[in-house]
Amino acid sequence: MEALLSLFITAIFIENMALAFFLGMCTFIAISKKVESSFGLGLAVIFVLLVTVPINNLVYNYFLADGALAWAGLPDVNLSFLGFLAYIGLIAACVQFIEMFLDKYVPSLYNALGVFLPLITVNCAILGASLFMVERNYNFTESVVYGAGAGVGWALAITVLAGIREKMKYSDVPAGLRGLGITFITVGLMSLGFMSFGGIQL
Amino acid sequence: MSTNVKQLMTKPLIKDNPIGLQVLGICSALAVTTSLAVSLVMCMAVIFVCAFSNLFVSLIRAQIPSSIRIIVQMTIIASLVIVVDQVLKAFAYDTSKQLSVFVGLIITNCIVMGRAEAFAMANPPGLSFLDGIANGLGYSLVLIIVAVIRELFGSGSLLGYEILPLVTEGGWYEPNGLMLLAPSAFFIIGGFIWAVRTYDSAQVEKADFKIKPNVSKEAI
Repeated sequence: MEALLSLFITAIFIENMALAFFLGMCTFIAISKKVESSFGLGLAVIFVLLVTVPINNLVYNYFLADGALAWAGLPDVNLSFLGFLAYIGLIAACVQFIEMFLDKYVPSLYNALGVFLPLITVNCAILGASLFMVERNYNFTESVVYGAGAGVGWALAITVLAGIREKMKYSDVPAGLRGLGITFITVGLMSLGFMSFGGIQL
Repeated sequence: MSTNVKQLMTKPLIKDNPIGLQVLGICSALAVTTSLAVSLVMCMAVIFVCAFSNLFVSLIRAQIPSSIRIIVQMTIIASLVIVVDQVLKAFAYDTSKQLSVFVGLIITNCIVMGRAEAFAMANPPGLSFLDGIANGLGYSLVLIIVAVIRELFGSGSLLGYEILPLVTEGGWYEPNGLMLLAPSAFFIIGGFIWAVRTYDSAQVEKADFKIKPNVSKEAI
């Protein structure tokens, strides 16, 4: 239990997807002008990560890993080179499925997430979390916790950035830095801030 | 035709740089720039994937039904990335370990997707191939500049060769540890964008609000 809690905290603060690994940067910079929409996108990312990381974990352990096909009578088969194709396909399919499911059964959430759901397929944070999960050999429970932690961390970072940018539009930024440039420097400062969590051990 | 090709090749470098102006592909770009050698490998991988995905998407662009084109492009890109990953694992195992998940993340690199969608779907294979190379080079330019700054000031060397002799080895240079950590990459990219936009002021974004000159007596 303690190990899981520590994994969760690490994924949110210390190894923050956006600020320590630069994942999901494109959407991170593009859709952080308003707190409201950033929060919506953050929720969508948490949701998709929570679903796709565990599913990819099962796919890896029961289909792709070395000897994983033993249950089908093929103990010598190693399909791990197909990983990328399998994960991205699964993520695209999951996002599509979640979209249809929400549209039918939870329309309020569907309307709140709006255009952000389909965008998520090409968010590197989603694929990145699956790849990290495989590289670090998480088991199923750990992958659920890691997916949730990574999502919460990303959502936290983008909401905070949007808050800062909402205030910053009233300030007098040098012409060349306006918009993109100053955003990068702000993210850099935030990243410095998050590094102070570095020594925390649970 | 020849000026057209030249424009196609040079525009993505400064004027229409994928990272500086289009905000694409920063995701996987920054994490690998702590050392120049690793960045160079990453650049080659991205140029390769970008050029060939453009070529293949362009070759079959007339056959792809538009409703499933994203999936088709994804499959082509993912297959190319698998090829790159396997080659790296076979011939440069240490570098591939250092790149860790970032080779796989070329799949979701928005430059590759963006160019396949925006250029290759509408242009013949030859031009698309060149466009892929040019955009890959534009990306590499930023990556290499960031990597040179970070490795030179962070560990006093370039490509592993010592340039600035470190204090710990009897030299004079005290390495700047921040350069090897995540925040410095953001600062360098921010500075890079500032430099490019000062050089080419057409790229400057409009301010949301005009700041009035301060005319109150107290300020004077």
